[in-house]
Amino acid sequence: MALLEIKNLTVEFETATGKLRAVDRVSLAVDEREVLAIVGESGSGKSVSMLAVMGLLPWTATVTADAMTFQGRDILNLSPKQRRQIIGRDIAMIFQEPVASLNPCFTAGFQVEEALKIHTDLDRAARRKRAIELFEAVGIPDPEERLGHFPHQMSGGQSQRVMIAMAIACNPKLLIADEPTTALDVTIQKQILDLLMKLQAEQGMGMIMITHDMGVVAETADRVIVQYMGRKMEEADVLSLFEKPKNAYTKALLSALPENATGDRLPTVSDFAFDEAPYTGAAQ
Amino acid sequence: MSEIVLETRGIKRDYHVGGGLFRPARTVHAVKGIDLKLEKGKTLAIVGESGCGKSTLARMITMIDPPTDGELFIDGKKVDMAAGDLTPEMRRKVQIVFQNPYGSLNPRQKIGDVLMEPVVINSNVPAAERRDRAMAMLTKVGLQPEHFNRYPHMFSGGQRQRIAIARALMLNPRLLVLDEPVSALDLSVQAQVLNLLADLQDEFELTYVFISHDLSVVRYIADEVMVMYFGEAVEYGTRDAVFSDPKHDYTKTLFAATPRADVESIRTRLAKRAA
Repeated sequence: MALLEIKNLTVEFETATGKLRAVDRVSLAVDEREVLAIVGESGSGKSVSMLAVMGLLPWTATVTADAMTFQGRDILNLSPKQRRQIIGRDIAMIFQEPVASLNPCFTAGFQVEEALKIHTDLDRAARRKRAIELFEAVGIPDPEERLGHFPHQMSGGQSQRVMIAMAIACNPKLLIADEPTTALDVTIQKQILDLLMKLQAEQGMGMIMITHDMGVVAETADRVIVQYMGRKMEEADVLSLFEKPKNAYTKALLSALPENATGDRLPTVSDFAFDEAPYTGAAQ
Repeated sequence: MSEIVLETRGIKRDYHVGGGLFRPARTVHAVKGIDLKLEKGKTLAIVGESGCGKSTLARMITMIDPPTDGELFIDGKKVDMAAGDLTPEMRRKVQIVFQNPYGSLNPRQKIGDVLMEPVVINSNVPAAERRDRAMAMLTKVGLQPEHFNRYPHMFSGGQRQRIAIARALMLNPRLLVLDEPVSALDLSVQAQVLNLLADLQDEFELTYVFISHDLSVVRYIADEVMVMYFGEAVEYGTRDAVFSDPKHDYTKTLFAATPRADVESIRTRLAKRAA
C-alpha cells in the first residue's frame, strides 16, 4: 500500500473572473522510502496540489478528489482538529523561503520545541534534549547556543536547517519539500540536499520534492512527475525521464537546459508542439 | 586586437557600517581590488555566492556607486565620479538590467513611459521620435506595439524582463550590465531571454557583463569568466580555461556543488543509493 495516494485531485479557485482550475485531475502515489519529484514551472500547480494535501489552501479553493489517503486513511474529509493531529507529525512540510517561514518573534529552539509540545508527551527537559539532538542531526554547530538564537541572527542556509529540524522533529513518515533550496546559493544547496537525502535514507521517510530545477530532480529523485498548467504531463522513473522523455513538454524542458545546448541558440518550449497541452500559446 | 570597452584597475569599494550604542563603526571591504579588461562584443560572466561583492562591482561599473579606490575606464576614457564630470554621453554608454523584473519597473508607469524616460533624461530627442524609437524597441525585444500603453502588472515575468532589457537599450549603450537577469525566471522563459540577449548582442555589437550564480547559464553564454569570493577575483580567464581547469579551491567547490542533470551522473547516484 502506498504511503500517500491521490486519485484525480482537482483544485479550483474562485476568482473575480470566474473559476480557475489550478490542478486538473492529478493522480499520484508515494511509497515509503521513496523520493518523488514533482517538477514544473510556476503556475503548473505543483505547490497547490501539495498544499491541498496539507489542508493549507485558503477558503477560496475547492478541493475535489476521487480519493486522497494517507496510510490507507482518508485525509480529504477530515475535520480541522483531526487534520492537525496528522499534519506536523506524520506529514511534515518544508517551505521555499526559510527566512520568511520562521516566526521572527520566537527563538529557533522555541519553534522546534513547539512541534514537540503539540505532538508528543515529552516534558520540558526532554523536549530540550530532543531539540539539541535535532540541531545536531541537521548539522547546526553549537546547538545549545543556537537554540536561543532568533531567525534574524541566522543565515539562509542555517534557517533552512532549522526548518528541517522542525519538520523531522516528530519522525514524520512523509516529508514534503517545496522548493527547499531555491533561495539558497549552490554550495549551500548542495549541503541542504545532501542533508535531506541522508535523513530520508536514515529514517526511511517517503519524500515529495517539489522543484522547478531539473538539476535538483536529477540529484534527488527516484521517480518524477512533470506538471504543466495544472496537468500531469508525464510520470517516469528518473533515469528513463532523462534518457528518453516521452512527452513533448518534458523534451522541451530538458532541451531548454543551458547545459544541453547544442547550437548557439537554445530551443524554447514554444518550438515544440504539444500533444496534450490544454492551452495554446501558454509558454509565455 | 579589438577595442577595449571596459577596464578596471585595482577597483575597490568599502562600505562604512555605522556603529550603534553598543557597537563600534566598522568598514566592510565589499570589493577588494579587481582588475579586468573586456573587449567589444564579448561577454564577461561574474560568478560568486551572495555577499561576495559581485553586485557592488556591477554598481561601480554602471557608475551608480563611486569606487573607493582604483580606476575605471569606459571606452578607454577614465571615469572619475568624485570629480563630478560625468557627462550624459558617459552615462549613455553603460546601462543595467536588474534581477527582479517585478521590482525594477514602476507599477504606475506605462511601458511606453518606462522606455522613453531614459531618452528624456539623457538626450533632447523630440517627443515624436522618442515614441517611434520606443515602439521599434518593443518589437525588437519580442513584444507588440500595442503593449505601449499597458502597465507592468499586465505582463508576465519574462515579458517584464524583456521590458527592462528594452529600457536599457533605448540609449544605444556600448556596455550592458546584467545583474542575474534570468534567475527569477522559469526554465523555458529563461531560454527565451537568453536567446534574446544573444540576438541583441549580435545586432548591436553589445558588450555584456553578466552576473550570475548559475554555472550552467554562465557556461552557455560567457566568453570570459571571473569567479569572486569575499570581494576578490579568485579565478579569471576564458570560459574554457576556467571550466576545464579550475585553479582555486572555491571554484572547485562551486563546480562540485552544481547539480548535474546528465544520465551518467544519475546512474552513478542511483547505484550509490541502491548500495
